[in-house]
Amino acid sequence: MIGVVRFPGSCDEVDALKAASLVDDARILWHQETDLNGVDAVIVPGGFSYGDYLRVGAIARFSPIMGAVIELARGGGPVLGICNGFQVLCEAGLLPGALLPNQSLRFVCRQVEVEVVDAGTPFTRACEEGERLSIPVKHTSGCWFAPAEQRDRVRVVLRYAPGHNPNGSVRDVAGVCNETGNVFGLMPHPEHAVDALEGSTDGRKLFSSLASVSV
Amino acid sequence: MSPSDLAAPWRSLGLTDWEYEQIVDKLGRGPNRVELAMFSLLWSEHCGYKHSKKLLRALPTEGERVVMGPGENAGAVDVGHGLAVAFKVESHNHPSAVEPFQGAATGVGGILRDVFAIGARPIALLDSLRFGEPVSSRSRYLLDHAVAGIGHYGNSIGVPTVGGEVYFEGPYEANCLVNAMCVGLAPQERLIRAAAGGVGNHVVLMGASTGRDGIGGASVLASAELDEGDQLKRPSVQIGDPFEEKKLLECCLELLERELLTSLQDLGAAGLTSAAAEMASKGEVAIDLDISRIPLREPGMEPFEIMVSESQERMLAVVSPERLDAAFAVCERWEVRATSIGRVAEGDALRVFDGEELVGDVPVRALVDECPLYDLEPDEVQRPRYRAPPELLSSEDPAVNLLALLASPNLTSRRPLFEQYDWLVQSRTVRRPGEADAAVLVLPSGAAIAVAIDGNGRRVAADPERGTAEAVYECAANLACVGAEPLGLTNCLNFGNPEKPGIAWQLTRAVAGLGDACRALGVPVVGGNVSLYNEGPQGPIYPTPVVGVVGELPDAARAGRLGFANEGDAIALAGRYAPSLEASELAKLRGKPLPNELPGLDVDELRRTLAAVRGGVRSGALASAHDIAEGGLAVAIAECCIAGGVGAEVALPPGAPSAPTGAASGPTGAASGPSDAPSAPTDPIAALFGEQPGAFVVSGEEGALLALDAEIAVIGRVGGAGMRLRAGEASLEVPVADLRHAHASGLASFFP
Repeated sequence: MIGVVRFPGSCDEVDALKAASLVDDARILWHQETDLNGVDAVIVPGGFSYGDYLRVGAIARFSPIMGAVIELARGGGPVLGICNGFQVLCEAGLLPGALLPNQSLRFVCRQVEVEVVDAGTPFTRACEEGERLSIPVKHTSGCWFAPAEQRDRVRVVLRYAPGHNPNGSVRDVAGVCNETGNVFGLMPHPEHAVDALEGSTDGRKLFSSLASVSV
Repeated sequence: MSPSDLAAPWRSLGLTDWEYEQIVDKLGRGPNRVELAMFSLLWSEHCGYKHSKKLLRALPTEGERVVMGPGENAGAVDVGHGLAVAFKVESHNHPSAVEPFQGAATGVGGILRDVFAIGARPIALLDSLRFGEPVSSRSRYLLDHAVAGIGHYGNSIGVPTVGGEVYFEGPYEANCLVNAMCVGLAPQERLIRAAAGGVGNHVVLMGASTGRDGIGGASVLASAELDEGDQLKRPSVQIGDPFEEKKLLECCLELLERELLTSLQDLGAAGLTSAAAEMASKGEVAIDLDISRIPLREPGMEPFEIMVSESQERMLAVVSPERLDAAFAVCERWEVRATSIGRVAEGDALRVFDGEELVGDVPVRALVDECPLYDLEPDEVQRPRYRAPPELLSSEDPAVNLLALLASPNLTSRRPLFEQYDWLVQSRTVRRPGEADAAVLVLPSGAAIAVAIDGNGRRVAADPERGTAEAVYECAANLACVGAEPLGLTNCLNFGNPEKPGIAWQLTRAVAGLGDACRALGVPVVGGNVSLYNEGPQGPIYPTPVVGVVGELPDAARAGRLGFANEGDAIALAGRYAPSLEASELAKLRGKPLPNELPGLDVDELRRTLAAVRGGVRSGALASAHDIAEGGLAVAIAECCIAGGVGAEVALPPGAPSAPTGAASGPTGAASGPSDAPSAPTDPIAALFGEQPGAFVVSGEEGALLALDAEIAVIGRVGGAGMRLRAGEASLEVPVADLRHAHASGLASFFP
């Protein structure tokens, strides 16, 4: 069972729920809950959690449900953060680095290509290393950054393909995981790439990877 | 305030002496400050439509699929499977001219509330923008900030911005236009009206607290011409909070889903005054409000300020006493503030109490239904004359003209703008901006709706009646290109000061053209908005009726695209194409003055062509479909090449691209009489770049194209890396990469 967190300002939680439902049972986790109610994987979706008028994700990190999500992550359970979810997981200290405003200082919504750098995570095991995925991005603060001395130690999972970096992130990073690989955050929106009618199905691979660990 | 205004305070609130006398008459006494403020807003043009209501009555509003017509917060049409689609377009022009980011953002916030006020979940936004030429730094500033404001609100609230349009013309330099359209989806039985009911029921104010922002926005800003003191009006612009609205939206939809509300109304222009008066008027009941219970942002607010505040993100609901606790519980879950601020009562009064003290007592009918309505005094002789644009282009070389048009502000790629909008959230977007002539959104059944918004002010300035009809035809053409048939139409009439006879003439003719075109195509008007007094120190804007149309198509998977799809496909011109350079984009670049009228067109033929293209897209016979609009045939073909990433070789038959011989026949609705039948241009430049609605560039297998029931001329083939086009003596050959480069360049430099 996959749980999808819903903050009051989440925007893509229904889309993430639909995408997760293609591969597994899935349910919404309300932000005021403190218990995961038996779900064994969590998606923190895109949107603007609590308005994000402060630094993105800075408030969400303290929400009641995040206590349970952090506990799951520390126990090795799979946690996927998409866009705002990635920002929240960085704020929560579950993922390295931070998401800065895009170099353009503008919101950007665009179909981009990303390359799978690490196919050994629970989220990318259905992919091959070097494989290219076409997935849209949409964000204002997606420029991943980490201090130079940390960068070499970070497990990069996805990189924007050459010429596709929409935000100026360091080393074209599109998604990273923690050292143990069970927490993964990415700026592109795989939940918006699961139906050919809407343009691409490449995002399905990330969800089907997740399903095979969430049993 | 001048000395005469001190003696007559209603003048500075925008009321005439005669209107003030009417108020005294209806009350049987002089209004106090609260009452005067309430009247001044509800009797403003923005709320009372006092110069336009009589005209609008002539528009067709009936149709088999209409579920909700004009008068409600938004119109709605039946899309089958028990679902209704609600939609409306509204202006936020003057606030955006004063403070573009917040003006545009709150314009989006306001139109979203209109749609969820009737119980529909907002599923799409579109916007229609007009600015002065981008060579002006003010225009670039307005554009940049308005686009950022639209994105800020729509992106943050999780409603996709799926389409829109923007034009740049000198007459919008001082007075830009920002019109926003919202489309919502709801189970039909969940749609709710605004009429208050049930004596004793609670009147509940939900959402943000009430502050001093937006005091008098509807009267001071929206119903007067802009002038040099406008920076001082900045406090009349509201500040948007999309997070608050997101919670409010979800909360209201949950309240409706649980059937906890009797009625619902958003607070927009004129705030609480308008919302409460509208609800009481529609329900034919009285409402008593106690403003001392309203949560305020700052202490010391006067009762009149509370009653007219335009603080954003607020809704008013009527709730029966036994459901009040359950309703409050839902609000608490969403962290939405909700306060019972009054009761529904018997009678016909809007009574305002401040605690125990009665501070305002107004007959609702006088406030809402008896707003004075004025007859316009149109006079064609006094029609505004617009200055000819500067001459930017004089070449006769077709390739030079084509590349100049593709890079010109009105035709260049909108990618730098629409990339700032989330167009995919909610997972319904089947055709993204730039992929097709209309946005396409899939419904749960697998069918889809298509939406387009359009309006060409320059052509309306040349000929208000035909120019406005063309906007309707253009939307219908856009819908046909994705395979959709129109179900209903909304409009926003952006004009200058209607008290001037020349503007009154533009408005009168435009509404006539709108009505005729809607009748000709069988499309009912389900709602709309009027924005008058759009004038700056240099004069009025181009008259700009903006038309939004929602249509349906049976299979989302077969929605049409504009780009050429397959090498070797035949390219055909569908429909009666009789292009003219009058009022065209090329004429603008060449610095030509506007003509005094536009050519007419044969509406029967247009209807036949629309049906043929729509049918061809639905059946899969057409691999691509694109209507010929600004920039004419050459630009249309270039756009098909750019979108498809493939070249084309096209030769127009000698003499004319089409053969409109003889007079137009049959009832021609808004457009032409027999004497207006257009003649084929012999000038190859006109054949390539002339404009005239009602024709399409389509591609597919030649046999399938020739089988379409429309005037069809196969004119070329898809293929190669270049666009080659020949028309008589004139020819051009441009690599697709160069087309793409020119098309991408026009706005990109403003959004590095």
